[in-house]
Amino acid sequence: MAECEVIIVGAGPAGIACGYVLAKAGVDVVILERGQYPGAKNMFGGIFYADQMCELIPEFYTEAPVERFVAKKHYSLLINDSEISLNLDLEEHKKPPYNHSYIVKRSVFDKWFAEKAKAEGATIVCGTTVTDFVWDDDRIIGVAAGTCDDPDNVLLADVVVCAEGANSILSEKAGLRDKLSMRSRCVSVKEVIELGRDVIEERFGLTAREGAAYEYFADATPGLLGDGFVYTNMDSLSVGVGVIISEIYGCENPPSPNQLLERFKNHPCIRPLVKGGKTLEYSAHMIPMDGYKNLPKFYGNGLMLAGDAAGFVNNSICHEGVNMAMASGIMAAETILENRDKRRYDAGALRRYEYRLKNSFVLQNMKSSRDFIDILRTNKELINDYPHIVKDVITNYFKVSNVPRSTTKSNIVRMIRGRMSFTKAARTFAAMLKGGI
Amino acid sequence: MIIVKEKNQLSLEDKLFTVRRKPLSRSHITINNQLCNDCLNRICTYICPAEVYVWDEDAQKIEARYENCLECGACRVACEAIEWVNPAWGEGIVYKNS
Repeated sequence: MAECEVIIVGAGPAGIACGYVLAKAGVDVVILERGQYPGAKNMFGGIFYADQMCELIPEFYTEAPVERFVAKKHYSLLINDSEISLNLDLEEHKKPPYNHSYIVKRSVFDKWFAEKAKAEGATIVCGTTVTDFVWDDDRIIGVAAGTCDDPDNVLLADVVVCAEGANSILSEKAGLRDKLSMRSRCVSVKEVIELGRDVIEERFGLTAREGAAYEYFADATPGLLGDGFVYTNMDSLSVGVGVIISEIYGCENPPSPNQLLERFKNHPCIRPLVKGGKTLEYSAHMIPMDGYKNLPKFYGNGLMLAGDAAGFVNNSICHEGVNMAMASGIMAAETILENRDKRRYDAGALRRYEYRLKNSFVLQNMKSSRDFIDILRTNKELINDYPHIVKDVITNYFKVSNVPRSTTKSNIVRMIRGRMSFTKAARTFAAMLKGGI
Repeated sequence: MIIVKEKNQLSLEDKLFTVRRKPLSRSHITINNQLCNDCLNRICTYICPAEVYVWDEDAQKIEARYENCLECGACRVACEAIEWVNPAWGEGIVYKNS
């Protein structure tokens, strides 16, 4: 039976960041990863918000395997076969540190980050699946992680940080959260599609290491709460869609995630972007949609949750995820360092972790968009009707004809009046501003 | 919507073939088939990105082609009859490009 000071479950951004900080402070820390290497089981859309990373490793982007920095952002509504979009091409985003936004492949990037933690002195054991916690009465004192040679292998520690990811099996076992519900998780699928570097730069109007992040809403996932994306890697695209599981469950003729992705890829406005590419890898993952109001308990006796396992994903427009994961991992590490003298890691002592989270952007941003999903869920006109109205307004306004503009304008106003209630729309947008974004 | 076949359009089978794996030495999925007979929705047959779950009409039960699993866990969230655990010993998917 081996022992160490801290066990971290999962070598993702949260787990590695936590291990990095602890190892740097001289703590005997072991990160257990179920994949063959850090990143082997990890997948996300592609955008990495890196301000936390910059705090740990300043100018990390000069040496890390970053595909491109996000120079261009593009928010689109897909409406039937049309697209209406907002294009952000800001000079501020093209200078270091590039608005802290990078496009990375997790299976490559996490491996690099793990090496950095290792260099600080963290031990990373791969190919090891943690199946349960080891309890001493009501206190977690270690983990069960069977190996080929020793199925009853157990590792003990003063404290455990669980950064197991969105499929939070262990957090449930620890009693820190209820069994995941269909509303609390999004299922997402992605294809990495190879295209020549030149083709990508020409197609998206990029130079050198500039990258583009295109986000698609409305008919990207027709009638369902979800979205689609196209991100540029160095010589491939990450193309994917995500939908809340309960949305698929509730609909007639439910599509599979793969069918949704195929439909998205074949939308007339997406098809030209991915045309001629060769699929290198297909992948799937869940995204936490817990939201501020349904977050789990973050700590127990001898245990803290970090990253996706704790539900730290901001589901509003900005898709904050990795930055929150890293920040929570760092704060878990700081909480441990704070209590290290006394070796006291019971729930009373680890309460400081929640205090830190509450005083940071992590819980504050989660709080600020606490109603986002609920507003979309209860006001389906936002994704089903309003985009169509916007499109019809624009189509009519820009229609070339000999009808006088004044007539067109009054026709448009009449059309809007007939299709939506201004009071309701105003109320919805006010709610969005207050607790949605 | 018109679907035009493009060079990069692959069947799900071909897509699953792009994923490297360390072969699973045993199934990590257990199904409580007693619940499946009365299940009207069978969400498992469409929620899975790898379409692992198929209703076997002859055997009157859900068949799990566990070796195709992408380990997202959506099935576990969607259905209480499915007991899904993380594959052990580094087995299962090994992403290289995601």
